[in-house]
Amino acid sequence: MSEQAAPRRRNRGRYEGDVPREHYLNVAYGLKSWLLTVDHKRIAILYLLSITGFFAIGGLFAAIIRMELMTPTGDLMSSEVYNRVFTLHGVVMVFFFLIPSIPAVFGNFFLPMMIGAKDLAFPRINLASWYIYTIGGIFTLAAIIAGGVDTGWTFYTPYSSTYSNSAVALTAIGVFINGFSSIFTGLNFIVSIHKMRAPGLTWMRLPLFVWAHYAASIIMILGTPVVAIAIFLIAVERLLGVGIFDPALGGDPILYQHLFWFYSHPAVYIMILPSMGVMSEVIACFSRKRIFGYAFIAASSLAIAVVGFLVWGHHMFVSGQSAYVSMVFSVLSMLVAVPSAVKVFNWLATLWRGSISFETPMLYAFGFLGLFTVGGLTGLYLGTLATDVHLHDSYFIVAHFHYIMVGGAVMGYLAAVHFWWPKMTGRMYSEFWGRLSAGLLFIGFNLTFFPQFLLGYMGMPRRYHFYPDEWQVLNVLSTAGASILGIAYLIPIIYLVYSLRYGPIAGPNPWHATGLEWTTASPPPQHNFETTPTVTEEPYDYSKAIENVAITPGAGPESPPSPAAPRS
Amino acid sequence: MSQRHGPVTAAVITGSMPEMDNDHGPLQHHFDDMAQQNESAALGMWLFLLTEVMFFGGVLTAYAVCRYLFHDAFAEGASHLDVQMGTINTIILIFSSLTMALAVRAAQMSKTKLLVGLLIATMVFGGAFLVIKGIEYEHKWVEHHVPGKYFQYDGPMANQVHLFFSFYFTMTGIHALHMILGIGWMIWLTIRSWRGDFSAAYFSPIEMTGLYWHFVDIVWIFLFPLLYLFGAGAGAGH
Amino acid sequence: MNGSQLPPLLPPSASTVSGELDLLFAYITAISVFFAVGIAVALAVLAVLYRRKPGDGPPPQIHGSTALELVWTVIPLLIVMSFFVWGTDLFFRMRTPPIEPLEIFVVGKQWMWKIQHQEGPREINELHIPVGQPIKLTMTSEDVIHSFSVPAFRVKQDVLPGRYTTMWFEATKTGTFHLFCTEYCGTEHAGMGGSIIVMEPNEYQVWLGGGGAGESLTDAGERLFGQLGCATCHGDQAGARGPSLTGVYNSEVSLAGGGSVTADESYLRESILEPATNIVAGYDAIMPTYRGQISEEGVLQLVAYIRSLGDPAAAGATGAAAAGEAGQ
Ligand code: HEA
Ligand code: HEA
Ligand code: HEC
Ligand code: CUA
Ligand SMILES: [Cu+2]
Repeated sequence: MSEQAAPRRRNRGRYEGDVPREHYLNVAYGLKSWLLTVDHKRIAILYLLSITGFFAIGGLFAAIIRMELMTPTGDLMSSEVYNRVFTLHGVVMVFFFLIPSIPAVFGNFFLPMMIGAKDLAFPRINLASWYIYTIGGIFTLAAIIAGGVDTGWTFYTPYSSTYSNSAVALTAIGVFINGFSSIFTGLNFIVSIHKMRAPGLTWMRLPLFVWAHYAASIIMILGTPVVAIAIFLIAVERLLGVGIFDPALGGDPILYQHLFWFYSHPAVYIMILPSMGVMSEVIACFSRKRIFGYAFIAASSLAIAVVGFLVWGHHMFVSGQSAYVSMVFSVLSMLVAVPSAVKVFNWLATLWRGSISFETPMLYAFGFLGLFTVGGLTGLYLGTLATDVHLHDSYFIVAHFHYIMVGGAVMGYLAAVHFWWPKMTGRMYSEFWGRLSAGLLFIGFNLTFFPQFLLGYMGMPRRYHFYPDEWQVLNVLSTAGASILGIAYLIPIIYLVYSLRYGPIAGPNPWHATGLEWTTASPPPQHNFETTPTVTEEPYDYSKAIENVAITPGAGPESPPSPAAPRS
Repeated sequence: MSQRHGPVTAAVITGSMPEMDNDHGPLQHHFDDMAQQNESAALGMWLFLLTEVMFFGGVLTAYAVCRYLFHDAFAEGASHLDVQMGTINTIILIFSSLTMALAVRAAQMSKTKLLVGLLIATMVFGGAFLVIKGIEYEHKWVEHHVPGKYFQYDGPMANQVHLFFSFYFTMTGIHALHMILGIGWMIWLTIRSWRGDFSAAYFSPIEMTGLYWHFVDIVWIFLFPLLYLFGAGAGAGH
Repeated sequence: MNGSQLPPLLPPSASTVSGELDLLFAYITAISVFFAVGIAVALAVLAVLYRRKPGDGPPPQIHGSTALELVWTVIPLLIVMSFFVWGTDLFFRMRTPPIEPLEIFVVGKQWMWKIQHQEGPREINELHIPVGQPIKLTMTSEDVIHSFSVPAFRVKQDVLPGRYTTMWFEATKTGTFHLFCTEYCGTEHAGMGGSIIVMEPNEYQVWLGGGGAGESLTDAGERLFGQLGCATCHGDQAGARGPSLTGVYNSEVSLAGGGSVTADESYLRESILEPATNIVAGYDAIMPTYRGQISEEGVLQLVAYIRSLGDPAAAGATGAAAAGEAGQ
């Protein structure tokens, strides 16, 4: 069949060229060329595939949770099974999907290109980080096969260290190992950003995506080792029967919570900061404007990373910690909300007087703005001491973090997928299906998680396998929403895979975006740049970026656009 | 992926890069020059050490909290440690740091033989440390002070003493693991030094290993007083 | 679902703090709705106003405005500080029990709540209380962490193994309310709940007396004290091997290692289970540990008994001591 002609006819004014003769995907074939690659772009693809796999596993668990909660009686499975399901859902989604998601895929792929480098500073360590991730994943999958783990993703002691009869040690070791992949990624990013920027690329000319990753990397290298040791100590405690966290053996269970949240609160910013970086890129591009308040957005990323280290105790307001300590953590939690607010307002201001178009990535960005705001604002209910007493460990918390992590971070991830897909693969996906699934996602999402705010305020505790009858209606709504959500996640997998072969050719810069990554061919050549580019301009200068054509997907200028940053 | 390789119509940057020999030459293909490469390596190592500080910081915090809670029991536990062996080990480790520092200097001065000798000396000291540590572990095993099923301790604070020994083994164990990894890496460096890979022009791997090794020593300098000296004089327990 | 009307969207409000907490919640909600809706509307308006039209030139490239940045830093800051101040104020009031609460003891255990009233009655997964009377719970766990949560009262407190935590509330309505365990504690976590039954005070008295309440908590403690042979060392005669326990509750005890501690419930508990941790000045560490020999309920009874042996500041001090605990 004529796969070449078909898409051409459908798209007026599409890019007329062909994919470049040689690019990073076809310089070599065979499994070995992938498994031993040190090319940051190929490593990013490896991550993309494994992360998608883990997302599917995590999503499958989510589907099981929602199916069980459709009825109040807990009739689908036993409590043992239910507890394992939500634990694995949390563990897989947090440690094996969301934390690596944007940094390991898009950070890996585009951060070197954005700073005009041929690769990250330590390509072998980069590859090692993927292997470490995979080994950690194998341990966790082995734990699933060995009967699963039932402690909740927080592994609270002494339940996890002494009482649980599940594969805690195996999972703990998996998460422990996985931590090092995060550390290596963060280390690589920081060194690359410091030492490998192209000539002329000053700090104030860095894309905000890079700034966001810089901030997230700080957390990765400072926070991850602490959770690593905390989880390691659990494994030690279980395997040797010693008592660091078990009061029956002399230990202190609250100590574990401090160590865990010292990482895991900052870790939530590892999850959201890269997404925020994506927002800055996408919103600037599709409103064809300089980012409003560039310096403030960059600085607020750092502020979030730094202050984020000082608020961990807000997860422990009812744990029995001193009320005065709680007070300090409460006020700091309030402070950390302000830089996030600053970002949201700056993005809004960027739209003002822009020239806005509504391609799929932009739709996801709009979704992000709305849902992240709701998620963030509900975080303030939890940072407020009195209200948290009532809301702690209820479905309100579940709704809060899904609004941020699914409504915010995952939307950001999908925005990134759609924004950079043409660059990574050289092909355009179907804009129609893209917009449709973005809309579906938004609807399904709200239907799933908004009822949970109400459930939480009424007092429905989280991690409950069955619940009082009066809460069934809202739970059914939530399950219905999750079904829509599940479909909305499946559609992109289909049309994206389809586009690999049948999608129109994208051309180097289908969105007419600024940024060094768009000055290369799509897909980019193996070493990114023939000669090291020199940067002479501020980022996001859309005044010069190509005549202001109405962008239709796949439509590109006849010849490659003049790059925003001329190369030497 | 597409199988078609049509002519490249657009004057985009192509992938035709002269393949560089990036496996043997000291300059890796993605760096512009040696200075950039060395600076990157140094920054990377410092950041890694920062990570390590947080890693040990986590256990030390846990230890500090428990020691505060169970002050007496920890003093009692500590009194069962062999201060003499600990002191000897501290001295050995300080010497190994010295030989490591000298090795870096030797590399800087392109003195290959000296470099190899000093690296071996460092490894010997490190090995001696581990052997002594092993003997100490052995004693603990005989005395049933190894945490776990066989732990035995008579006294009112058995549980907390057990906890003390858990920390002792966890912390010294992680430290020993760091030394073993360091020594393993040094074996490889010694081979490369012997081959003549390092000289005044290129010695950053030696330098980085030096940083790592000094860090591991410093960790011990913290662990030693925290674990051993704390209980000194509180009673003889051997 | 079943044809009846939809269940309510708010939980019953049945304690002295629930009203104000709802008010605070409403306040935060009002502001959140203002911002969330405001942002959504702004987004929609901007998207429509500035959508790309055919023939548009490049839009103006605006760098930003420090004045605006200041505005939207300071305003949110002030707003969140108002949440903080109100929330903290209420929180401290929610933690500080009034003078002379009715004291009840709770032991959590996989997967049930065991409750002991001072007067003797014990119950499981049910708590009967009188309306209009402040209740203080002293709680501990026999195994893992649990959390005692009563949504209708808007209160919740984790229950930890190895130490006592306390909480208080005062019901304002009679009726039956949900009791949940809200800290994940293993297989039957979802089943570890029950009900709080709030009764008129006179009904409560009847309930207390009915069903052969058995011995009171202090009596049970006294019996245990005798059974376990505590009196052999803790007799009040001079030259006893252990210190006299009369009046020890709430006193300052000087320790052998220097320093002193207040002999609150947690201290008494620890003295029984881990006597070696804190040695009273002037005594040897000869007291055996009773860990594993007495259940947490037994310990509570012993503590209640030791408390009944006198209290330096006499009656009323319980409340004062409890007030002091708010800061812990
Ligand atoms: C990506 C993940 C992510 C992010 C970014 C956040 C962000 C925040 N979180 Fe959230 N949180 C989680 C994930 C996340 N959280 C998870 C997973 C849990 C549960 C863990 C568990 O127990 O399993 C949790 C739990 C949690 C708790 C503990 C609740 C409890 O267990 O009792 C608290 C308490 O303070 C809290 C607060 C906050 C706050 C104040 C923010 C702030 O950073 C939010 C800042 C954002 C905004 C404020 C929105 C933007 C603002 C505007 C657009 C304008 C208006 C602004 C103002 C008026 C200020 N979170
Ligand atoms: C990044 C993090 C992330 C993400 C993306 C999600 C996504 C979802 N989560 Fe989850 N969730 C957590 C993180 C996350 N969650 C965490 C940390 C917890 C706490 C765990 C704990 O308490 O320990 C939690 C807990 C949690 C609960 C509470 C359980 C309880 O307390 O008892 C619920 C209940 O509704 C829920 C639902 C959902 C739903 C419906 C989705 C949906 O968005 C998912 C939609 C996706 C699908 C329905 C699947 C789509 C299908 C595919 C991708 C293909 C699959 C194909 C094959 C298998 C071939 N989650
Ligand atoms: C073998 C003797 C002995 C027995 C039996 C004994 N104790 Fe003690 N107890 C002591 C001594 C000695 C001390 C003071 C040293 C210390 O703090 O350990 C003490 C201290 C205490 C304290 C702290 C008192 C203070 O002034 O701070 C309490 C409370 C206590 N015991 C309760 C009990 C109870 C309850 C029992 C029985 C279940 C018991 N003891 C059995 C010897 C004993
Ligand atoms: Cu007890 Cu949950
Ligand atoms: Cu947090």
